[in-house]
Amino acid sequence: MLIELKNVSHIYDDGQVTEALRNINLTIREREFIGLVGHTGSGKSTLVQLLNGLIKPSTGTITIDGLNITEGKTSLLGIRRKIGLVFQYPEHQLFEETIYGDVAFGPRNLQLEEEEVEIRVREALELVGLDYEEFKDRSPFNLSGGQQRKVAIAGVLAMKPEVLILDEPSAGLDPQGRQQLINLLEYLYEEKGMTIILVSHRMEEIARLSNRVIVMSEGEIIFDDRPEKVFSEVERIRQLGLDLPEITEILWRLNKKGLQVRTDLFSLTEAVEEISKELRGAEPC
Amino acid sequence: MLRNITIGQYLAGNSVIHNLDPRMKIIITIMMITALFFIDSFLGYALFFLAVIIIVYLSRIPPIRILRGLKPVLFLVMLTLILHVFFTKGGDLIWRWGFISIESEGLYTGFFMVTRILLLVVFTSLLTLTTSPLELTDGIEYLLGPLKRIGVPASELAMMMTIALRFIPTLLEEADKIMKAQMARGADFESGNIVKRARNLIPLLVPLFISAFRRADDLALAMESRCYHGGEGRTRLYELKIGIRDFIALGLSIILSLIFIIF
Repeated sequence: MLIELKNVSHIYDDGQVTEALRNINLTIREREFIGLVGHTGSGKSTLVQLLNGLIKPSTGTITIDGLNITEGKTSLLGIRRKIGLVFQYPEHQLFEETIYGDVAFGPRNLQLEEEEVEIRVREALELVGLDYEEFKDRSPFNLSGGQQRKVAIAGVLAMKPEVLILDEPSAGLDPQGRQQLINLLEYLYEEKGMTIILVSHRMEEIARLSNRVIVMSEGEIIFDDRPEKVFSEVERIRQLGLDLPEITEILWRLNKKGLQVRTDLFSLTEAVEEISKELRGAEPC
Repeated sequence: MLRNITIGQYLAGNSVIHNLDPRMKIIITIMMITALFFIDSFLGYALFFLAVIIIVYLSRIPPIRILRGLKPVLFLVMLTLILHVFFTKGGDLIWRWGFISIESEGLYTGFFMVTRILLLVVFTSLLTLTTSPLELTDGIEYLLGPLKRIGVPASELAMMMTIALRFIPTLLEEADKIMKAQMARGADFESGNIVKRARNLIPLLVPLFISAFRRADDLALAMESRCYHGGEGRTRLYELKIGIRDFIALGLSIILSLIFIIF
């Protein structure tokens, strides 16, 4: 699976003309975990919708597995089977009477046999941590917000996409829900071999999970590099109205105060080790 | 797909007509429409048409916009014309083929009725073209004011209209979002016969209704926490003010209406 964008621009024209994307060139390879960041209105959402064929670029071409999806005749169902897209607040799209029915919506649209649909629904629900037997016949509308979101994500996972795109999946979740989501994404990436594109404002998530960070601003790609490289551009990141991961922020401030610590660490244990090594003799707490 | 829908046909502007008080505009419209039904000659229509031209000129609305507004009534106009031409009898025989005949009375009444319908639509569209939906609602609220005494909930009706207008773009945006989310799960909104298409809309409509109810709940809560308790004693941000030119407009249209009614 290889996604390639060549000179892609997108212009919204509703009364006033807005250039959402400007000449984007991007290659996404198999088994990448991409963190996509940028302030509101930077073009992230437009970009992920383009990747799924939901909107067509004004100019430029997008090829997925050698297939040009910007041409008129391409089967979009084929694209959507390969690329799963979880929208912001996906729980707002639930509609069926039972959780089973809702998760089965995607697989059924793929014209799968009912037996296969059942296998996939079971698998998807277990993946997001909901017990199949307990939940399948319940109404999705009687669940808590966090559980509803799990059902909605299961609805996309049941289509078995090779690439999973998530737009702000952790927005509005409590810390426990966020942790479960991070674990799920880690599992999907490590064990299931999925390619993942994560759009998020939470830099901790991005720094911890992704191996490539794309920073967007005003419809253009500003940075596209490994997370430790991107987050070392402290001044630029701030200028763009974005946060740094908390740990990077602390290390960076210590560094500025004269403590010679590395600033490209993202895990708490590594940071603690680094700081205590620098402080010489002090025990890690 | 849902992006291009505009609400009403209001064309923002800053002309004399735009700036008239909405209450006055509503009254004038009702008066002129009533007078229109008293006109009994094409000469009267010519005079009415002249008034329309002057208003259009003053409002600086492109005439093409007004003509476009006539499209929806085209069918009604044609039907009226055909019915009158073929079925109203009287006057001289103009054309006959078998039992079908056209007589002069039919032709005359046909065109007379059609002109009336067209002028009616044009004049009312002048009101909606030059008055924003919110101003219209305000105007209606004031004009229904006296009816409050007999229990007509005028302010509540106006509030309902305002809220409905306010939420149309929001709901359209929401619909667009849900549609995309379902399409990402392989939903198909564009093919199949009419029954299949209607069934395919369920994944769109159910979430849309749920979100509308959720928004209604939130809004009610927000309004109550800011002490909304109906229209009694509410003050407004933009007070409607009647000025001299409103009375001039009213005077002119009274004179015109009287001319139409008397002659």
